[in-house]
Amino acid sequence: MAAGVAAWLPFARAAAIGWMPVANLPMPVAPTEKSKRQDELIILNVSGRRFQTWRNTLDRYPDTLLGSSEKEFFYNEETKEYFFDRDPDVFRSVLNFYRTGKLHYPRYECISSYDEELAFFGIVPEIIGDCCYEEYKDRKRENAERLMDDQEDNKDAKLPNMTFRETMWRAFENPHTSTMALVFYYVTGFFIAVSVITNVVETVPCGSAPNQKEVPCGERYTVAFFCMDTACVMIFTVEYLMRLFAAPSRYRFMRSVMSIIDVVAILPYYIGLVMTDNEDVSGAFVTLRVFRVFRIFKFSRHSQGLRILGYTLKSCASELGFLLFSLTMAIIIFATVMFYAEKGSSSSKFTSIPASFWYTIVTMTTLGYGDMVPKTIAGKIFGSICSLSGVLVIALPVPVIVSNFSRIYHQNQRADKRRAQKKARLARIRISKTGSSNAFLHSKRNGLFNEALDSTEEEQRLSKSTSLLESQHHHLLHCLEKTTNHEFVDEQYYQQSYLDAGLQNYPSRSPSLSSQDGMTGTCCTRRSKKHHTPLPNASAATHMQPLTHTHTHQQGLQELSTIHIQPLSTSRSSLNMRVDEPAPLNCQSSQITTAIISIPTPPVTTPEGDAHLPAGPAHQNVVKVSAL
Amino acid sequence: GKDPNPIGQTEGSKWQKPRLSRKSLMKCCLVKWIIASTTQQGPGKDSSDSDLELSMVRHQPEGLEQLQAQTQFTRKELQSLYRGFKNECPSGLVDEETFKTIYSQFFPQGDATTYAHFLFNAFDMDRNGSIRFEDFVLGLSVLLRGSVTEKLRWAFNLYDINKDGYITKEEMLAIMTSIYDMMGRCTLPSVRDDSPFEHVEKFFQKMDRNRDGVVTIDEFIETCQKDESIMASMQLFENVI
Repeated sequence: MAAGVAAWLPFARAAAIGWMPVANLPMPVAPTEKSKRQDELIILNVSGRRFQTWRNTLDRYPDTLLGSSEKEFFYNEETKEYFFDRDPDVFRSVLNFYRTGKLHYPRYECISSYDEELAFFGIVPEIIGDCCYEEYKDRKRENAERLMDDQEDNKDAKLPNMTFRETMWRAFENPHTSTMALVFYYVTGFFIAVSVITNVVETVPCGSAPNQKEVPCGERYTVAFFCMDTACVMIFTVEYLMRLFAAPSRYRFMRSVMSIIDVVAILPYYIGLVMTDNEDVSGAFVTLRVFRVFRIFKFSRHSQGLRILGYTLKSCASELGFLLFSLTMAIIIFATVMFYAEKGSSSSKFTSIPASFWYTIVTMTTLGYGDMVPKTIAGKIFGSICSLSGVLVIALPVPVIVSNFSRIYHQNQRADKRRAQKKARLARIRISKTGSSNAFLHSKRNGLFNEALDSTEEEQRLSKSTSLLESQHHHLLHCLEKTTNHEFVDEQYYQQSYLDAGLQNYPSRSPSLSSQDGMTGTCCTRRSKKHHTPLPNASAATHMQPLTHTHTHQQGLQELSTIHIQPLSTSRSSLNMRVDEPAPLNCQSSQITTAIISIPTPPVTTPEGDAHLPAGPAHQNVVKVSAL
Repeated sequence: GKDPNPIGQTEGSKWQKPRLSRKSLMKCCLVKWIIASTTQQGPGKDSSDSDLELSMVRHQPEGLEQLQAQTQFTRKELQSLYRGFKNECPSGLVDEETFKTIYSQFFPQGDATTYAHFLFNAFDMDRNGSIRFEDFVLGLSVLLRGSVTEKLRWAFNLYDINKDGYITKEEMLAIMTSIYDMMGRCTLPSVRDDSPFEHVEKFFQKMDRNRDGVVTIDEFIETCQKDESIMASMQLFENVI
């Protein structure tokens, strides 16, 4: 029903006769339609496939290409049809939108080609119906992630003027960027490993003197271990301070997880230094040494998989929470039951409910140590129920966590694969680009040569062998050279002149590839300005005004896409933001129906206050008549 | 219980063992209950069923010639009207909820449902809960192509909620409140609680000649015909289609 609210407008107007007898004031004049057009069929020829529809169907959405006078640009006089050189398959969905009011996203279409077609025809993708919207959004997100990954790789490229601090930070974050960073990376990794092993070996009982009991190595070789520990902590401290210095936002760095791990890893040592061998605090001192094991978490900077695991656990926090909660509930219930069931039996280990917790946990996780077993029949029955339910409760949230982990892991893998493939792709693209640019340089040299000498007939014929398109393209590049007062050179010469390959003033564009970057970029921004600027900025407004005026056959057409009566600006661009703006007041329709009603206001009364407009519908000034 | 063999019902003869035939089984209360519950003919599903029926029932309008005869639209106009109508309501019927939704979309600031309800009743002439194309087009024909008297009659029909031929103050108040509801809260000057009531008072002062508290059709038409602005406004929407 979404499409046709415009179709019901004549009915609503006719029904307004019901207000006439009770009205206190005289009614305003109704707008007259200058040309009473009968409904007619129009033919839309999209790349050879002919679609036919009523003109009024297209007029339903006046702020799209087909609904406005913009389509007149595509009118073909000889064949009396509108010709669009676009994809006919996607056009089907577009035309169905006009017919039914619902925009569907066909699953087999590539998301970016679909987006491009929508942008061409002036349709905002947010109108996509609920049936297809989720699919559309998912695909779009995937695509965006893909592009974002590519962009992130570009960010690794070194910017020309980075301060020492920025260079250091970049080196810390991406060890692959320079050899120094790599060396640092491996050194810290090595020392983390050494530190962890030291902690472990410290507790192993070494060979002992024959008359003494076994002592752990730590107490035997105290000095050695102390030196090792000191060295590691030195390295870690230096590393932490360097990171702190290099961080762009120190406060944010200090709050990050990795830095907290760093701090926790090195603090015990310093606290131990500060505290003397005081009897009271030695117990606490021993506890602190436990924290040294956190140094192993420092490895997560070095291991991608570990980071993914941590990220997965964080993202599955709700499932984990649920698991914990349900387990706790079950433990308490079963522990209570077991306690009371075993209360009767003599010498039972189930001395209290907390004591039964241990039994319950061991049973539910199907460990079954056997140090506590029920002896009564009731106890055994409940024990078996306990173990069965334990299997269920634990098995439930686990697949969710597993699937999350798998998804994130595969995403990362895909990112790595794409990075690897990208190098090959870029190499191939570069080869094809250099082909055309070489042609240009070649012809330029020939051209210069020609200019230098009086060209003979042969040379002229030779130079004419390049096609018209090529010569025009070369001329264009030549003009660019003249404009910027720089010249195109080939790669070797360039690399000889400049050591750093980062500076790219090499605009090599083959005709086929330039069109996608340059023109659609600007076109899309232009169109996106048209559709997405919330406020009519000066350029957009001036841009849109002529369109607005040429489009309508009445002046000052203020178009609304939904029936939100926006009292403000008359610029087309702002009103196309309809889908995101909340309904001003109590709006009955919760779904965004994209019926288009053009409610032209007289040009004089532009910023009419919000208050006057509610009176508008009651005395409809002008309504573009779309006959049913 | 089981039906005893009819042959065995002769008096005094040997009692014959009742046979377990299908017919006799059907008479057993337990069996009947089981069958009833499994074939899902409980009373609870009436409302959803009726919804299903409404959407599955398709209504075909009368022929074009008949509608041409009954209304004052040309053939082409009827064609384009039907195309629009059918596009919106593929089943050929509009029920009240859909009607309210559609009408409310024209008045986003206020609440148009009450007025839409009255409008629906005015269009649904045979009061069967849904508007067919014939009702739709007949109503539109009166509103757009009818004489002023016919239009006034239609308006009277709208105001007369219980269709008894008299407009009482309560009916008028209901209509007026619904119209003011469509304005919403944010108006200038703002709608006061007694605005509808005052408006009704003014209306009755103008219309009710014999001060009997109700307005009849004749009073209504007579008063309106004397009022210039009302007569002018009736011609307002001549060229909507």
